[in-house]
Amino acid sequence: MISLAGRDILHSWGKFVLTGIGLGLLIGVTLTMADVYRGMVDDARTLQNNSGADLWVVQQDTQGPHAESSSLRDDAVRGVLGLPGVARAASVTYLTMQVQRAAAGGVASARGSEDDVRAMVVGFELGQPPEPDYLVAGRHITRSHNEAIADVRTGFALGERIRRHDYTVVGLTRRMVSSGGDPMVFIPLKDAQEAKFLKDNDAIVNERARTAANPSLNRPGVPGLLEAIQASQANNRNVNAILVQVQPGTDVESVAEPMRRWKHLEAFTREQMEEILVVKLIATSAKQIGMFLVILAIVSAAIVAFIIYTMTLGKIREIAVLKLIGTRNRTIAGMILQQALGLGLIGFVVGKISATVWAPVFPKYVLLETGDAVRGLVAVMVICALASTLAIRIALKVDPAEAIGG
Amino acid sequence: MKLSSIGIRRLVLGLLGVVLIAAMVYVVMRAGPLAPIRVTVVQAAEGRLTPALFGIGTVEARRSYLIGPTVAGRVRTVAVDVGDTVKASQLLAEMDPVDLDERTAALDASVARADSAMAAANAQRRDAQARKELAAVNARRYVELGQQNFISAGAVEVRLQEQASADAIVSASDANMTAARQDPQRLVAERAGVRQQRANVRLLAPADGVVTSRDAEPGSTVVAGQAVLRVIEPSSLWVKVRLDQARSAGLAAGLSAQVVLRSNPGRAIAGKVARVEAVSDSVTEERVALVSFDQAPASLSVGEIAEVTLSLPSTENAVLLPNAAIKRMQSQTGVWVIDAGALRFVPVRIGQSTLDGQVQVLDGLKPGTTVVVHSEKDIGANSHIKVVDSLAGRQP
Repeated sequence: MISLAGRDILHSWGKFVLTGIGLGLLIGVTLTMADVYRGMVDDARTLQNNSGADLWVVQQDTQGPHAESSSLRDDAVRGVLGLPGVARAASVTYLTMQVQRAAAGGVASARGSEDDVRAMVVGFELGQPPEPDYLVAGRHITRSHNEAIADVRTGFALGERIRRHDYTVVGLTRRMVSSGGDPMVFIPLKDAQEAKFLKDNDAIVNERARTAANPSLNRPGVPGLLEAIQASQANNRNVNAILVQVQPGTDVESVAEPMRRWKHLEAFTREQMEEILVVKLIATSAKQIGMFLVILAIVSAAIVAFIIYTMTLGKIREIAVLKLIGTRNRTIAGMILQQALGLGLIGFVVGKISATVWAPVFPKYVLLETGDAVRGLVAVMVICALASTLAIRIALKVDPAEAIGG
Repeated sequence: MKLSSIGIRRLVLGLLGVVLIAAMVYVVMRAGPLAPIRVTVVQAAEGRLTPALFGIGTVEARRSYLIGPTVAGRVRTVAVDVGDTVKASQLLAEMDPVDLDERTAALDASVARADSAMAAANAQRRDAQARKELAAVNARRYVELGQQNFISAGAVEVRLQEQASADAIVSASDANMTAARQDPQRLVAERAGVRQQRANVRLLAPADGVVTSRDAEPGSTVVAGQAVLRVIEPSSLWVKVRLDQARSAGLAAGLSAQVVLRSNPGRAIAGKVARVEAVSDSVTEERVALVSFDQAPASLSVGEIAEVTLSLPSTENAVLLPNAAIKRMQSQTGVWVIDAGALRFVPVRIGQSTLDGQVQVLDGLKPGTTVVVHSEKDIGANSHIKVVDSLAGRQP
């Protein structure tokens, strides 16, 4: 038996292909929106996964450096290391910074240059978590000062220097991002403490002058007092969190319990931290994207349905002729359904390809999930089938006399 | 004609379909979970390492002097300024001597007066001596007359008594004389003391050096021990280096050092570890070493930051790997080895490392083994990998 759908497509193949591609681009946008959402959630998770920590130890009554400000003394890690069940523990400092490429000669270019990148600077103890597990180029940090590992997204190349403290990029890594999706720059902890807590030179000089002007701190009869006070003002030994790895086979909660109870610190397990990162931190922006995705999906479904519907309406005269020559209703319905499904399939394939092609262009991470693609395919097919029923109803109601009348 | 047109259309549609399916397959294979992880590899090679230690230091003076008064007082003059080169025992500043000059003048007068007093005592003694001699002659004559009974015994006794008195007066004037002779000695010593105090308010340079700060100006009051000036010996400048305790194995006096000053990052100055402090900083977890220059550069400023690299002796021959290849898996250190196309995690024992990221593998790896260095993602034993030359960026 001759395939009516095939003959019809062959008859107006240009129209069919163009409609398929147009539909595909629309589906591509919808898929991309889903991928953007996935990427966002994955960004929030990746911070947790890359840290390699089983426990996050933070300031008491806070939810950790990513949710709110948390500061600990940098010797608190020694007390944590002594607890039973702790295998490794290391202090870590996070700060968000507008990192700038140092111009030739080591001098940073003027403020507001297009060269700067928003990055999360991570200060870590060398060889301890959250040192990146894998590099895509270069080497790990070997000097305890003035070296950095940057995420490739920052755009830095090996050997380039980062401004302010002149860190040299010695290694590049990938997919190391903050919960907000900013690429990370890893530097030694002591440098990060300086960068975070040390003020700029003008502020330091002003502060010294202010202290010197205070008569109770600058007493003529007590030589050395002023110097001592100024020295104590200049250093800050805080960190933001302690990352803990527990010994294999140890219950994480049993390690966290004594920290909360006796160390006056707050400890979060992997699951709790993920909850904070995914559920609390990106809640509104994720909902925003999610809402947009829902609307886009509804709009796409409506457009698919209307395209198939109008396509059938355009063929109403031909259908009337078919009816006139005594074609069975099943055959006509089959033709419309096959065309709709074919259109949906072409649309999906074009959409998937386009979504994959333009994904790397996005500034933030876009995660292509196979599960989403499969769900998308099923949804497209179901929508096409549903839309075709609308068209089929019109087609079946057509009066064969229209073929002659019109 | 009609049939061939349909044939062409069928052909074009079929071609489009094939292209679409091919693109889909390519997309699925290149992106997503089925895509291979690109990695770079290295052949483990044998070699020697020259490990090095790295630290940040500040330029300090080995000998610096705080110059100030030993008693509270007011500064009268300051003769030098910051940056001046001074010679040993050069006058740098002077404290207000208050009344020390007047006291010296008073003592000078006292000494003169004591000399006069001594002359007077001498004259008195000569007078007493003369009286004594006269009394002795008189007494002798009267005794002789008394023996011949020309005069009464009473008159003889009077003369004898006069002689005894004259003797006593001579003794008294002798004693007076001695006292008058000691008085100038006392006054001279006292005057020397005041002069020394006067000299003490002059602040002199203890050694050749350069003035680094001028902390008090003329007219200001300083307490005992407070500095008026600070002087350093520029020839004694060295670098106080702080090294991370965890990365300071092998630190010892005598290691050769390369010092890069912040003011001149392009030039490394040769030096040597002069001393390793016995006490390390427990708060910052750093060890402290002092590095002296083989030949100190001319324009060194105290307090300048310097990067110091200390060279350690070369290691024995061993398998070397870049440190990016070393992974940790559940408290095990090891590397991913490509063995007949399959990935295998091989635990290794790590030795020393260099600052440019070479690591010595003590055991667990044979030379010539292919080891994964860089990868796009974390890899596991079942990862599907593809070896490429480089992943991103320039190779160091």
